Amino acid sequence: MAKSILRLTVNGSGREDAVPANMLLVDYLREVAGLTGTKIGCDGGECGACTVLVDGRSRLSCISLAHTCAGRQVETVEGCATDGRLSLVQKGFHEKLGSQCGYCTPGMIMAASGLLRRNPRPSEAEIRAALSGNICRCTGYVKIIEAVQAAAEGTT
Amino acid sequence: MSTPDKKPMVGRRAPLVDGIEKVSGRAMYTADLDHRGALVGRILRSPHSHAELLGVDVSKARALPGVVAVITGDDCDKPYGILPIAQNEYPLARDRVRYRGEPVAAVAAVDQKTAEEALRLICLEVRELPAYYEAGKARQPGAVDLHDDRPGNLEREIHHEFGEVDAGLSAADVVREESYDCAEVTHVHMEPHAALADYDAERDRITLHSVTQVPFYVHLRVAQCLDMDESRIRVIKPFIGGGFGARTETLNFEIVACLLARAAKGKVRIKLSREETALTHRGRPRTGIKLKIGMTREGKLTACACEVEQTGGAYGGYGIVTILYAGALLNAIYDIPAVRYDGYRVYTNTPACGAMRGHGTVDVRHAFECLLDTMATELGLDPFKVRRLNLLEAPTRTINDLAVESYGLPECLDWIEAASGWNVRKGALPPNTGLGIACSHYVSGAAKPVHWTGEPHAVVNLKLDFDGGITILTGAADIGQGSSTILAQVVGEVLGLDFDRLTVIANDSRITPKDNGSYSSRVTFMVGNAALQAAERLKAVLVAAAARKLEAKPEDIECLGETYRVAGGQDSGIPFKDVVSEALVDTGTITVKGTFTVPREYQGGKFRGAGVGPSMAYSYSATAAEVSVDEVTGRVTVDKVWVAHDCGFAINPLSVEGQVQGAVWMGLGQALSEETRYVAGLPVGPNILDYRVPTIVESPDIEVKIVETLDPGGPFGAKEASEGALSSILPAIANAVHDATGIRLTETPLTPDRVMTALVKQERAAKQANSRGAA
Ligand code: FES
Ligand code: FES
Repeated sequence: MAKSILRLTVNGSGREDAVPANMLLVDYLREVAGLTGTKIGCDGGECGACTVLVDGRSRLSCISLAHTCAGRQVETVEGCATDGRLSLVQKGFHEKLGSQCGYCTPGMIMAASGLLRRNPRPSEAEIRAALSGNICRCTGYVKIIEAVQAAAEGTT
Repeated sequence: MSTPDKKPMVGRRAPLVDGIEKVSGRAMYTADLDHRGALVGRILRSPHSHAELLGVDVSKARALPGVVAVITGDDCDKPYGILPIAQNEYPLARDRVRYRGEPVAAVAAVDQKTAEEALRLICLEVRELPAYYEAGKARQPGAVDLHDDRPGNLEREIHHEFGEVDAGLSAADVVREESYDCAEVTHVHMEPHAALADYDAERDRITLHSVTQVPFYVHLRVAQCLDMDESRIRVIKPFIGGGFGARTETLNFEIVACLLARAAKGKVRIKLSREETALTHRGRPRTGIKLKIGMTREGKLTACACEVEQTGGAYGGYGIVTILYAGALLNAIYDIPAVRYDGYRVYTNTPACGAMRGHGTVDVRHAFECLLDTMATELGLDPFKVRRLNLLEAPTRTINDLAVESYGLPECLDWIEAASGWNVRKGALPPNTGLGIACSHYVSGAAKPVHWTGEPHAVVNLKLDFDGGITILTGAADIGQGSSTILAQVVGEVLGLDFDRLTVIANDSRITPKDNGSYSSRVTFMVGNAALQAAERLKAVLVAAAARKLEAKPEDIECLGETYRVAGGQDSGIPFKDVVSEALVDTGTITVKGTFTVPREYQGGKFRGAGVGPSMAYSYSATAAEVSVDEVTGRVTVDKVWVAHDCGFAINPLSVEGQVQGAVWMGLGQALSEETRYVAGLPVGPNILDYRVPTIVESPDIEVKIVETLDPGGPFGAKEASEGALSSILPAIANAVHDATGIRLTETPLTPDRVMTALVKQERAAKQANSRGAA
C-alpha cells in the first residue's frame, strides 16, 4: 500500500509520518507513534477500548483511517496528564476504582474527558449516554459513574 | 513518610497500587510489549466440527517468501490439560479435529499479510465425522465417541448421596420437581488473548509473556509440550485485562507461540482477534438441571435431589472439577439433612468449556433458589423466612464434610430485607415491577490444589535492603482484581508502614516465588496469609535490631512503623531507617519468606470426588433485585440491586465493593442477555455486539453492604469477595420477574423472546380459565 505523508497533532505535538492509506488510526497511534495506551478490545467498533479524541470529540480509532485525521488534533490517554500529574478524570478513575483491570480504562477516560469538556456538569443519564459505547467487563460500571461524577465535581 | 497517627493499612479504601499505570496509559499489557524483531504468528483453525485429519499440507505455505516457520500437530505429540488426570488436548490438532475453530497449524511470518496468506495456502485433508452440539445427542446410543477412552461421550459421571434422601422426601409435606436450562456463557475479558514468545537458540531457553491467570501452570505445560526442562522456561505475566476464569488453564495459543518461536529460532507474537478469543472460550457450560426439593409446611428443608448435565465441549479442561463443584456446593449453603447429586459431564463438538467466575456453582444455585421461591410462594411463606429456617450455625460441617467456620448469611439477609424495603414494598409495587431475593456462597480458595506436590499452598518473599524499601515478591497474578494491593496492605499493616515503602513485584518465574495462580478466589485468603506470616517474620528481625540499638529486650520494643521505641519509655525512639541499617549489619540484604498451607482437616471428606468443594472458608451473599418488565416487548430491566456479602473482613472495602459489583453485574448479564449460540458448531456472533454484554445504559445501581464475620482462618479474618455474589443475582432476578408478572422462567437468559412467550402463554391460560368460568 502506497504511503503518503500524514501531518497531524498528537497530544499537542505536531507529527509528520509516512503512513499507508489503509492504516487505521489505532495502529498509527500504537505502532507508529508508540502510544500503546490506546487499546484494542475487539475486531472493530464493538467495545470502545480504542476511544480517542479527535478535535475534542470521541472517536473509535479502530474504525478510523489515520489519514482522516490529517491536520487535526488527536488526543490519547497519554496526553491527559499535565506535568506528569493525573487529570481530574484520571484521578477520578484511580481513586474511585473506576478501573480494575484497566483495559477499558483509556477508552473510558477519553470518552469521559470528551463529555466533561462539552458538558462540565453532566447528569448521571448524560454520563451513561456518553459512555454507552464503552464496555467494561470488570466494574459493573457503578464506580465508573462515580469516577466521572467525582471528576466533574473536581473533588476527588 | 507516614505520620505517627497513621491510618491502619487494612480496612482502608485504598486505590490500587498499580492504578496510576492503568489510568495514565503506562500499564503494559501483552500486546503493548516491545515486539521489535518479532514475527507475526497466526493460527489456522479447523472449518470442521468433527473430522479425521488425514493430512495437513503445508508445503506451499512454507515456500511463501516471508514465512519463517510453519508448524502442525506433527510438531507436538504431548497432550496437555489443566488436570493431570484429563490431558487430552494438543496445541495443534493431531489425527482428529473436534470443534470448528480448533487450531490445526500455525505460521510465523515477517508480517500479518504474509502470515495470513500462508494460512490460505495450507490444505487440510479430512474425513468428516458426525458432530454433536448438544449433550443429549452426544449421549445417544451409537454416537461416535469424541475420545476413544470416553465411551458414550461421558467425560465423567458423579453419584453422591449424603443422608437418607428418599426418607427425607417422604417426610416432606411438599415435594416439587423442576427442570432448568441455563445457556452457555463466556467471559469476554476486555483484553483479547495475546502471547509473546522469545526463543534463545544459543542457550535453548524460552521467555513467554502471556495473558494468564496461572503463570505456573502455563510454565509446566509449555515445558511439557516443548519437551524442555522447566528451568529453561521463563514465564512473565504483564498487566492483564481481566480473566474471570478464561485464563486459569494453559491455552493453546500460549503453547503455539512457544512452538513457533522455537521453530523460527526467534521471537513470535500472537494476537488473537476477538472472534478467536471467543473460540478459545473455556466458559460456563450449558447446564441442564433437574431438581427436586422436599419441604415441610413451615418451610424446613427435608431433602434435595439434583441431576445435572453439562455440555462440556470438545476437551477435558476443568470439566471434572466443574461437574464436581455443581454438586459440592449445591446444598452446602443451608442445613439440609439429605442430598443426592447425579452429575454428567458430556463431550460435544463445540469449543471446550472451563472455569468461569463462580465455577460450577452458578447454574445449580440459580435452580435451587428459584425452586425455593416457587415452593415458598405455593406455601404462602415469605422467602426470607424459608431461608432463615434453614440456616447453618457456624462452626459446623456440612453433610458433605465442608467445614464452615464463619457464616454471615443471617446478617446478609437482614440487610437486604431492610435496604430493599421488602416488608413494606413487596407486593405494593406498581404493576409489572417486582422484588426478588436469593442467596449464594463460594470457596475462599480450593483446599486441594490442581497439582498436589506437597509444597505450601502459597509462598511470599519480602526483601528489605539498605534503601528502606520493602519489595513484596509474589507469584499471585493480579488480573485486575487488586491482589497486589491487598498483599501490600497486609504487609504494611503488620509492619506499620504505608504504601510509599512498599513495592509489589508479581509474576516473573525467574524472580517471584511460585504461586498456583488466581482462581477459586484463593489469593486474598491463601497468599494473604503467606504475606502475613512473611511480614511478621520481617517484623521480628526489625524488632531484634531495634532492641540491639536501644539496648532493650525485644519483647519491650514497640514498633510504630516509622519509629521503633522502648514501650512505655520517655525516649522518642529511633527511626525506621536506623533500624534497617542495624538489621543489615553483618547480614546485608534481608529476605524473609512466609508460607501458608491449608491444614488437612479442611481438605475434604474421604469419598471419591471429595477434593472439589473443600475450602478453609466460604463467603456468603444475599441479593435483592428490583425489576420491571415491559409487557409489550418482554424486556426485563433491573432497576436496582442490593447485595450483602460476607467477606469475613474487608482488607480493602473499596476493592470488595468493586469486586462484588463486578460479580453481580456479570451474573446480571447471564440472567438477562448473555448466551453463546452455535449453528452447526459455528458460533453465532463471537463478538461483543451479538454476544450481549450489558452496557452502562442498562446496568443498574448496585448497592453493596459488606458483612464482616472475621473468619478465624483468614488474614485479619478475610474471605473471598470476587465470585460468591455472582450466583445470587440470577435467581433474584428470576424471582423478581415472577413477582412482577406471575411467570416463572426456567431457562436463562431471560430474553425478551422467552419472557414474551411466557407472558402470552399465561394470558392465554387466564383467558381460557375465564371463559370456562363464564361458561
Ligand atoms: S477496539 Fe475499537 S471499538 Fe473495540
Ligand atoms: S476495568 Fe477491566 S474492563 Fe473495565
